[in-house]
Amino acid sequence: MTTPQAAGGGWWGTEEVCVRFGAALALDHVSFRAEPGRVSAVVGGDGAGRTTLLRCLAGALAPASGLVRRPAPLATGYLSAGSGTYPDLTVDENLAFRATAYRVPAGTARERSAELLARAGLDRVRNRLAGQLSGGMRQKLGVIAAMLHRPDLLVLDEPTTGVDPVSRSDLWWLIARAAAGGAAVVLATSYLDEAERAHGVLVLDAGIELASGTPGHIVAAMPGTLTAAGERPVGEAGRRAWRRAGGWRVWHPGPNGNGAAVRPDLQDAVTVAILARELARVPAGQEAR
Amino acid sequence: MWAMIVKEFRQLRRDRRTLAMMIVMPVVLLIVFGYAASFDVTTIPTVATGPQAGLAARLLGKPFDVVSTQSSQGKAWAEQQLRDGHAAVAVVTGNARPQVLVDGSQLFTAKTAIAALSAAASRQAGGGLPAGRAFIAPTVTVLYNPGLGTSDIMIPGLAGVVLVFVGTIITSLGVVRERQSGTLEQLAVMPLKPRDVFLGKIVPYFAVAALDLAIVVGVGVSLFGVPFRGSLAVFALGALLFLFVTLGIGVLISSVSENQGQAIQLSFMVTLPQVLLSGLIFPLSSIAAGVRWISYLLPLTYFNQISRGVMLRAEPIGPLWQPLTFLALLGAVVFTLASLRFRAFLAPAAHRRGGGHPRSVPSTAGAPAAGSAG
Repeated sequence: MTTPQAAGGGWWGTEEVCVRFGAALALDHVSFRAEPGRVSAVVGGDGAGRTTLLRCLAGALAPASGLVRRPAPLATGYLSAGSGTYPDLTVDENLAFRATAYRVPAGTARERSAELLARAGLDRVRNRLAGQLSGGMRQKLGVIAAMLHRPDLLVLDEPTTGVDPVSRSDLWWLIARAAAGGAAVVLATSYLDEAERAHGVLVLDAGIELASGTPGHIVAAMPGTLTAAGERPVGEAGRRAWRRAGGWRVWHPGPNGNGAAVRPDLQDAVTVAILARELARVPAGQEAR
Repeated sequence: MWAMIVKEFRQLRRDRRTLAMMIVMPVVLLIVFGYAASFDVTTIPTVATGPQAGLAARLLGKPFDVVSTQSSQGKAWAEQQLRDGHAAVAVVTGNARPQVLVDGSQLFTAKTAIAALSAAASRQAGGGLPAGRAFIAPTVTVLYNPGLGTSDIMIPGLAGVVLVFVGTIITSLGVVRERQSGTLEQLAVMPLKPRDVFLGKIVPYFAVAALDLAIVVGVGVSLFGVPFRGSLAVFALGALLFLFVTLGIGVLISSVSENQGQAIQLSFMVTLPQVLLSGLIFPLSSIAAGVRWISYLLPLTYFNQISRGVMLRAEPIGPLWQPLTFLALLGAVVFTLASLRFRAFLAPAAHRRGGGHPRSVPSTAGAPAAGSAG
């Protein structure tokens, strides 16, 4: 991806990591770097291998081959898919358990939880069972619990999926706060508008790296051109079209198309990367989308 | 309705364990009740002491099985044989009237012995003795449980059943709960040693079970008047070993279950045979030999021997070495297996059993979820 920019060249991540589940290759030689103080996003569709990569980074899964560079468990924070909190414990009890397990002094833990809970709008539900929180609240609690001990590496698996816009902005405040505190934050997301906020993005598809770099770099590296159309093109071009913002986008592997050229954004670039791979794999004659 | 029936059968087919339980359980119960569930006592281990021990041994017919005849020993030795569980009936001769001692802590054996004695007495009164000797009916003394009460023998056994329930069922639920709430993965990456997680998981259940045991014994003694004649320390040692086995089984069940429902099912499959085959309800000697070997694999069998021995007969630690050793062995095996399973369950591994995390399996669907966000 990018060269280490942090002082001392410190980075966390993977090099040529492969993970197998039975016969299936869940990650195929994936290399990824997360830098201290920066937010990195891992994007991709279902089965892309995002969760698998994050589990390797967090230390929940050992790869079949390749190298994982991660800090000691004490300096790693992890939000697993789901919220990783105990539904039958209250907000405060959940945080107290984390604080003790990660050896955060009681006073520090109290102060830090109070501050983060207040900012995330959870200060009024501190005595509520985590199982009775709304989805967004539970995710916020999960992120707070994962960053409570100021980890060097914070791994968040889909922290914002299924969360309302207000809670999403709270979550992003927490994420930015962790990065500002010096943590290397890695998050998996399905929302490309979110990935656009990240410093580095890794696009995975079926366990393979499709693209990586800064969002600008990925957009600039998009092959071919993009046009907008009011209707889905007929024939072969229809396979290269997808619905976007009330109309259709058509990708042309060559230099130009027939419609008005559109400046691609990250979402377009990622869609094209996945589409190009699919077109190369599936022979013509089958409608894709 | 048809749609519902088809759906239900499909789900049932996927849930192999429930299916197995529905088919295997009735068969197991049938066998257990057919071969094991019997109150009939056919052999009663008996000893005879005193000058006429040999004669007494000859006069005792079925169901008495004379295991030892000691003409040089007296009543003290006979009582010791009963206390240590070597015999259920002892005939002491040498006094004006022969005395028969019956171990009341073996309820059905004692009842059978008393019935057989009175039948034999009326038979002998009609003749059959060597010439010149008149028949003298023996005095019968029931030791340890003179009233032949049920609560006296049930409550020491019940203490074991309580420990099985708390130890196995509740513990198995506790560990599998982590898997269900998705917090197991968090535990795996936390800076905690697997041993700490394992012990941290078990200690609370251990404490609750120990408290339960104290309550059952306390209520039994104060409310039902069950005697506690032996050493509290020996009882505690037996209970400790027994708890290790049951808690270990609980963790083991948890580590092979996907959810709490499965854990409960498995727990019942483990606890039900213990209740039926441990000698708690049906005397061990009445269980058919083909099924009885199962009894000797069950921890409750040994705990029953210990708790009844200590509470009712004041049995010291010496003759109890066998059940204590078996419990310790079972505990070592079960605990080793449980901690190994637990370690594998926590430790990061690429080839984890059942590791088919749906999102970790590559699919050919190439559409990014982002497509719907635009």
